[in-house]
Amino acid sequence: MYSKEMIDDLNNKAKTIRRNVIKSIGIGTAGHVGGSCSSADLVTALYFYKMKYDPKNPKMENRDRFLLSKGHVAVLQYAAMAEAGFFPVADLKHTKDVGFHLQGHPDYLKTPGIEAGTGSLGQGLSLGLGMALGLKDDGLNSRVYVLCGDGELAEGQIWEAAMAAKAFNADNLLAIVDHNKLQAMGPIQERLDITPLPEKWAAFGWHVIEINGHNMEEILTALDHAETIKGKPTVIIAHTIKGKGVSFAENTVSCHNVLLTDEMYHQALSDLS
Amino acid sequence: MTYTNQRIAYGETLVKMGKDNPKIVVMDADLCASTMGKLYEIEYKERHYEMGIAEANMLSVAAGLSTTGRIPFANSFAVFVAGRAYDQIRQTIAIGKLNVKIVGSSAGLSDFGDGATHQSIEDMAIMGAIPNMTVICPADANETVAATKAIAKYHGPVYMRLNRNDYDNVTEEGKPFVIGEPDVLLDGKDVVVFATGYMVGLALKAAKLLADEISVKVVNVATIKPLPKEKLIHLAKDAKVIVTAEEHSVIGGLGSVVLNAFAQTPIPIEMIGLEDVFGCSAHNYDELLEHFNLTDTAVADRIKQAYFAHKE
Repeated sequence: MYSKEMIDDLNNKAKTIRRNVIKSIGIGTAGHVGGSCSSADLVTALYFYKMKYDPKNPKMENRDRFLLSKGHVAVLQYAAMAEAGFFPVADLKHTKDVGFHLQGHPDYLKTPGIEAGTGSLGQGLSLGLGMALGLKDDGLNSRVYVLCGDGELAEGQIWEAAMAAKAFNADNLLAIVDHNKLQAMGPIQERLDITPLPEKWAAFGWHVIEINGHNMEEILTALDHAETIKGKPTVIIAHTIKGKGVSFAENTVSCHNVLLTDEMYHQALSDLS
Repeated sequence: MTYTNQRIAYGETLVKMGKDNPKIVVMDADLCASTMGKLYEIEYKERHYEMGIAEANMLSVAAGLSTTGRIPFANSFAVFVAGRAYDQIRQTIAIGKLNVKIVGSSAGLSDFGDGATHQSIEDMAIMGAIPNMTVICPADANETVAATKAIAKYHGPVYMRLNRNDYDNVTEEGKPFVIGEPDVLLDGKDVVVFATGYMVGLALKAAKLLADEISVKVVNVATIKPLPKEKLIHLAKDAKVIVTAEEHSVIGGLGSVVLNAFAQTPIPIEMIGLEDVFGCSAHNYDELLEHFNLTDTAVADRIKQAYFAHKE
């Protein structure tokens, strides 16, 4: 269904974005390598295949909306937005510079193209629901994409939003769960066990799609299929590997937020070359 | 139409504004019959969102709706909007300066029967501490009508607290509300009382009780934030003492912000309010106010004591 060329292009784009994540974190600085790399293929598919937007007109009325509910991987969203043309790639290395437009977490007022401030976990799905309801009432066919972490699902507000989205039949709202099974301090299952995820979301009235979050063809298929589901919201549960693509970071708890030494920095870029 | 209840004044004003402004949407968390969001629901069902007993979600949904050009008025009891949804308000609405109006109903001690759990004595402190937030506490139903219109026109986050009970108006009906404008309701020279909410009426009664001995100026300070600092300093320039009066903790409310504003001036300040205590249940509003020394005679006594302690 999807040409090999397109899939290859997207996979290459994801690799570039991962590389830009590493470059923007830089040497001797801590950054969220693990969760950025687990979400990178999903975010690439959204920005470079699925979503309609205009980087030169970030407020275009009928654009699709993307919300990074797992706001701590802002650096990943910035890497994708830079590639998409919202701002120069050269800006990435100035992330967190005092007074700069790229903050540690997405900032609605400072960065054109950010749809709402996120970072306090568990709130993105509710924000997305508000947008979805407004857009639908305006008769726009825009869709709202919310990327949640799996650790974040321990926040009660996620399930308030899940109930509300079903109550309002928000079929223009799509949640994507980056299911990498690790949170900042260790395996999720050893803390608040969020499984079984498909059954939970289905019980809340959502249409559930389960995929390998690193298989580009599966991602595209899921995103396209979700659009055909009417009368209820859809969730894509994407099984991923935390730190995917960076050898020392894969499935490594300590790489949730990790200070990159000179050696690690170059290892990561070499892994992603 | 003259109202004697802030909730009804608010609900009916929303309905009137909604007629010409389809961007106004109203949200409730299973308390719309009390907040009077119900009136909007009856008139414009498609523009009223019943969000269930889930205040945190309601405020984040309000934030999302505001980014699509709507002006959400999100209602619940003051304790719940300012308490349960604090983080949602702070993180997205306030940091992003989103155009969301947060209305805390049954504020202060006005929900007399429900006790400490439902009596918000720190809502203005919580909301006022958040950058970008405007905090409004209307004195009566007349002012609630005007303030509701004013905050709808203002672009940005606003917290407005409302009283649950019926009582007489002390402000002029139909007078436009200007955010940040203090209103002198009674002129005087010896003492200036800066009062807010229900306490404005009590301060006026207290001033009348004292009329033979002390000349008291009563100023309605309905905008707690941004506090009209220079205007208040000007209004107090001849007074021997300032008295603040609020149905709220003296920590973080009107008293605190006035104290901050006058920090560089020598004028003494006496604060009337709740002294770092929770409320409690009572059978009626007056009984509860009396329990906390928030009556006209108690306020008069405090003004008198303050004046005679500092008049020289």
